[in-house]
Amino acid sequence: MTATAREEILARIRRALADVPKDEPAGMARGYLHEHGTRTAAETVDLLAENLADYRAQVHRGSEAELPAMIARLLTERGSTSVAIPEALPEAWLSELLPTVTLVPDSPELTPQRLDEVQSVISACALAIAETGTIVLDGGPGQGRRLLTLVPDHHICVVRVPDQVVTSVPRAFEHGRLSPVRPQTWIAGPSATSDIELDRVEGVHGPRKLDVILITAAA
Amino acid sequence: MSGGTYLGMPSFPAAARLATQDKQLRANLTRATHTIRDKRAKAVSELEDWSGLREAGKQIKDHTLRHLDQYLVQLETKVTEAGGTVHWARDAAEANRIVAALVKATGETEVVKVKSMATQEIGLNEALAAEGISAYETDLAELIVQLGDDLPSHILVPAIHRNRTEIRDIFRANMARYGRPAPAELSDTPADLAEAARLHLREKFLRAKVAVSGANFMIAESGTLVVLESEGNGRMCLTLPETLISVVGIEKIIPSWRDLEVFMQLLPRSSTAERMNPYTTMWTGTTEGDGPREFHLVLLDNGRTDTLADTVGRQALRCIRCSACLNVCPVYERAGGHAYGSAYPGPIGAILTPQLRGTGTALDASLPYASSLCGACYEVCPVAIDIPEVLVHLRARVTETEPGHRAERAAMKAATYAMTHPAAYRAAEAAAVRSRKLIPKAQKLPIGPAKAWTESRDLPELPRQTFRQWWKETHP
Amino acid sequence: MPTTALFVTCVNDVAFPSTGIATVRVLERLGVAVDFPEAQTCCGQMQYNTGYPAEAKPLAEKFARDFRGYDAIVVPSGSCGAFVRDIHPRLLGSSAPPPVYELTEYLLDILETADVGAYFPHRVAYHPTCHSARLLKLGDRPARLLSRVEGLELVELPGAEECCGFGGTFSVKNPDVSAAMGADKVAHAVESGAEYLVAADNSCLMHIGGTARRSAAPVRTLHLAEVLASTKDAPYEAVAQ
Repeated sequence: MTATAREEILARIRRALADVPKDEPAGMARGYLHEHGTRTAAETVDLLAENLADYRAQVHRGSEAELPAMIARLLTERGSTSVAIPEALPEAWLSELLPTVTLVPDSPELTPQRLDEVQSVISACALAIAETGTIVLDGGPGQGRRLLTLVPDHHICVVRVPDQVVTSVPRAFEHGRLSPVRPQTWIAGPSATSDIELDRVEGVHGPRKLDVILITAAA
Repeated sequence: MSGGTYLGMPSFPAAARLATQDKQLRANLTRATHTIRDKRAKAVSELEDWSGLREAGKQIKDHTLRHLDQYLVQLETKVTEAGGTVHWARDAAEANRIVAALVKATGETEVVKVKSMATQEIGLNEALAAEGISAYETDLAELIVQLGDDLPSHILVPAIHRNRTEIRDIFRANMARYGRPAPAELSDTPADLAEAARLHLREKFLRAKVAVSGANFMIAESGTLVVLESEGNGRMCLTLPETLISVVGIEKIIPSWRDLEVFMQLLPRSSTAERMNPYTTMWTGTTEGDGPREFHLVLLDNGRTDTLADTVGRQALRCIRCSACLNVCPVYERAGGHAYGSAYPGPIGAILTPQLRGTGTALDASLPYASSLCGACYEVCPVAIDIPEVLVHLRARVTETEPGHRAERAAMKAATYAMTHPAAYRAAEAAAVRSRKLIPKAQKLPIGPAKAWTESRDLPELPRQTFRQWWKETHP
Repeated sequence: MPTTALFVTCVNDVAFPSTGIATVRVLERLGVAVDFPEAQTCCGQMQYNTGYPAEAKPLAEKFARDFRGYDAIVVPSGSCGAFVRDIHPRLLGSSAPPPVYELTEYLLDILETADVGAYFPHRVAYHPTCHSARLLKLGDRPARLLSRVEGLELVELPGAEECCGFGGTFSVKNPDVSAAMGADKVAHAVESGAEYLVAADNSCLMHIGGTARRSAAPVRTLHLAEVLASTKDAPYEAVAQ
């Protein structure tokens, strides 16, 4: 019987590794830091804001009470009259939207073509990483399907600080924070390319404008 | 849509001879590589534990490679449990057949592609074209290469050999053939070129039903695949279509979710020289209501198991495709990527290609020699691949297994003989000193190594007395 | 008394004896009774790096015999020093390398002397050759020595860390790329304004110097040992080039 490709490849691998002792201990050194530097929670949030801005996200800060007005203002400044809304986005966030703005709630009927006509999207996030200015979406409440925050040209993302902020990349991988089997999108700034003479140009396919709002909880 | 192929390409020195004369190419490469070299150094210097991360990256990869069968089986189980289908491909032809069949099963004749070196390596686009399937590249640089009917010359920025004016001309001449044409008044500013690409590709993204991708990492314990990118075309291809086919080399696997914390620091800083690249997509099998309904993973061998069998050469499989080595290589800077005749150019290409393809062609046998062994690549490699060590190791393989080295080996043996037999050594020295006036320093000599040397350099003048003669006289 | 031997290297023996002579002069000036084991020839780097390790092994064995018993072996060559230190143990299956020291390592680490009494009233740029910088990791040793040379003005070399393009047989197997790299190194040397481009390896200097002479570039090449050997009483005299 001819071996399947699977069997043949596995057999090749085992032959290739004939020099590896049967019970070799795993022992991988982890001689790197859990985080870089020591910061207070407030300093960590400042670092997040700084790094997000460095990669051309627009960063805004405010309180939970100010959030609805900030969202409304950002949509007005953009001239957006339609905004996609993920499932379970807090309704309070939309309380000050102008009546001229059409809400487009996510649904299985919302096709890519229809979504392409929607100008903005608002979402929450799973967490944010300060050292690298990164926002992580994992499809949890208020984040929506992945395509929702991809197709519209303008993405407003809300991060609760300091509780949703971790200092470093290793901290983001700490047990229980993120689940590997949930589809995730990690975002560090709006889309960009350096393919033309290594000149960094913002804005190719993903949202070309990223507004990140850092909100502190009500006292 | 064909691009070029690697068959019949000249040996490295022959290709490099032409490339070093191409002033435009050299200017592009020098500017590009020096820019990113400096940026990378800055990004890396921000992390005081860079050497610890690098060592961890090396050990994780080595451990995984040393237990590769176990991790592949675990990955297969997890991907299948999560609703994906795993296929195994022994070589390029098999991988291409599998992908073509999967596409045909959907009834589609078009696919969109996220940049994947593995698919370049196997010539997927050409194979699909032969089956009547059009594959549209969606990375800006790959788009430039495809529209220009060209070959990529760099791992990360495949169109680095093109400057903005050339790109504008390529867009103007060819975009209409594949879809939305470029605007008539297209300028050559990068912003305008990016906008033209955006519009040309957007309509493809929105109607695509099938996508083909590679992956940067596959996590064995969860079955998760990871793709890092900058432009957003990856996100488009990985989430919009109904069917996703990922072709991934078997060496791209890492054991656990936590291991990613090392590589998500090493890779962005080493490749685009950023703290984090704009977009990273992570997915496991299929997810109800979010992304493709069908996911196929094609695991690719195509010479990787041969590479694994070489205890010195297998470290090349640690590679995470950052391209930091290309950007510091003085040889790559002057010869360009095409001279390496492979999907993998530069230092990593010089050690990976001969191991994946063997050293049987003039081109592949010349690759281990396409280096001055300066070691700059080893210094910047985020997984500490000792590229110079592997290059020298492969040179020994070439001289032993490939024809055409008899004369050279005889010369080496003769040199060793002279160096181990005092009388012969003294005679050789005396002859060299005696002959020193016979060859004018500024002369171009006709044959052999002397010809190669004197084409661009003067010979040193040999002094009338050797050191040991001086020593004898002064230290009796 | 610790014993010190000189490994002059085959290239220096035949083509650059002045470097060997300079090394001996500097060491003797500092009170070191240096030996020259006359049986020595070559470390085998060319054979090994070209892909002929079997032809390099006898030379590693011979080296071990020729230098047996010495506490220190001084070598005025970064690449040969690195080869003996890193590769000879591999060829011989031994754990410890021979006690070889590149010249600047010997002066600073063993003799603990930065000021060797040298006088060299010229503008100098230093090129850190690849093997001396990346394999031996000489670091700032050469600069520390050069900064104490009376009359010497040390200028920065643009693109210093870039390879000159010699690379042993690379220079003849890939002559076009090698020539392009050499030309760039010469251009940087000229740009620095230096009269002399100094380095720890004559094989690299042979390539850079040969390129400079062919293009009549206004810069000369000289080994570091010869700078250090130059004194007020016996200053370095340039050979007509």
